[in-house]
Amino acid sequence: MIELLKQPWHWSVAGVIIGLTVPALLLLGNKKFGISSSLRHICAACLPANIPFFKYNWKKEIWNLFFVAGIAIGAFVAANFLQDPDSVKVADATRQALSEYGIQDYSRLLPADLFNWDNLFTWKGFIFFIVGGFLVGFGTRYAGGCTSGHSIMGLSTLQWPSLVATISFMVGGFASTNLLLPLIFQWFK
Amino acid sequence: MTNKEKQLQQEDMRHIDAMCTNESELQHPWWHNLKYLAVGVLFGITFVKAEVISWFRIQEMFRLHSFHMYGVIGTAVVVGAISVLLIKYFKLPTLYGEQVHFEDKKFDKGVIYGGLIFGIGWAITGACPGPLFAQIGGGFSIVLVTLFSAIAGTWVYGAFRDKLPH
Repeated sequence: MIELLKQPWHWSVAGVIIGLTVPALLLLGNKKFGISSSLRHICAACLPANIPFFKYNWKKEIWNLFFVAGIAIGAFVAANFLQDPDSVKVADATRQALSEYGIQDYSRLLPADLFNWDNLFTWKGFIFFIVGGFLVGFGTRYAGGCTSGHSIMGLSTLQWPSLVATISFMVGGFASTNLLLPLIFQWFK
Repeated sequence: MTNKEKQLQQEDMRHIDAMCTNESELQHPWWHNLKYLAVGVLFGITFVKAEVISWFRIQEMFRLHSFHMYGVIGTAVVVGAISVLLIKYFKLPTLYGEQVHFEDKKFDKGVIYGGLIFGIGWAITGACPGPLFAQIGGGFSIVLVTLFSAIAGTWVYGAFRDKLPH
């Protein structure tokens, strides 16, 4: 059993578990599934700075912070006790494209060539951590939700604005991967 | 402003630019929240084991080189939608006997502008907000910097919200 759990899980298994999070949160206490809101609650709790957008009773939403803390703990458990000894399997075509960018390390889920502390004070770190993170936080709140809130909760409840949001996420991602990243990596060469 | 008015204003502000809210009228001691922590733990394990938090998987997705991520999200939507239908049809109550609350989302152009901006960031970081937490727990401490920057991005949005087109 534990051997089976250690292998990478099939997409259908993950899809079912993630999908069941929607009714689980609703039935456990009328909570709507979403994750980017946690970032807003952190702002509201730590630095509301008299901004109306952060002036609400964040304690009512503290369940969401418990939820994201659980995500970090679960990831820790999986990475330390259920780790797959093999390197990550990635489509050949993607490997080929990434090798042109100098990405060679497939030992972990994120390329260690990019995601390490040594890169923090370099242009690479600035783009991949600072700018990337900023766009994720700014964009999800502007859109009123992220992949979980819009693409899963929103689509599950047939909200058409969430479909528009999801299409926008994908358009942004396709443009970023296929137009912007090649330019960025060209610049790093 | 009376306390009642203040509370109403705060209630409304919670729902602005948000999908994910607490719709329960009930109040419980803090440890009732541990059940959401437990759901999060299962969720986090799944994120790592299905490689949803992998930067490589996001690259594959946006290059159309693999079905994996489409399979994960597609299955999740189908399972979520069927669950919601069942909850509505059988009027299933919450654990505390409350009626489950659904509300229609109003459209504004923010979902397009914000969506595009988030999409660009998603491809760069290889993470939406959920995977950020899972990448940190999964051993990539550098992603703390990304998370901090995402919180800063959310704060800047909140500060300039009124000046942005919606």
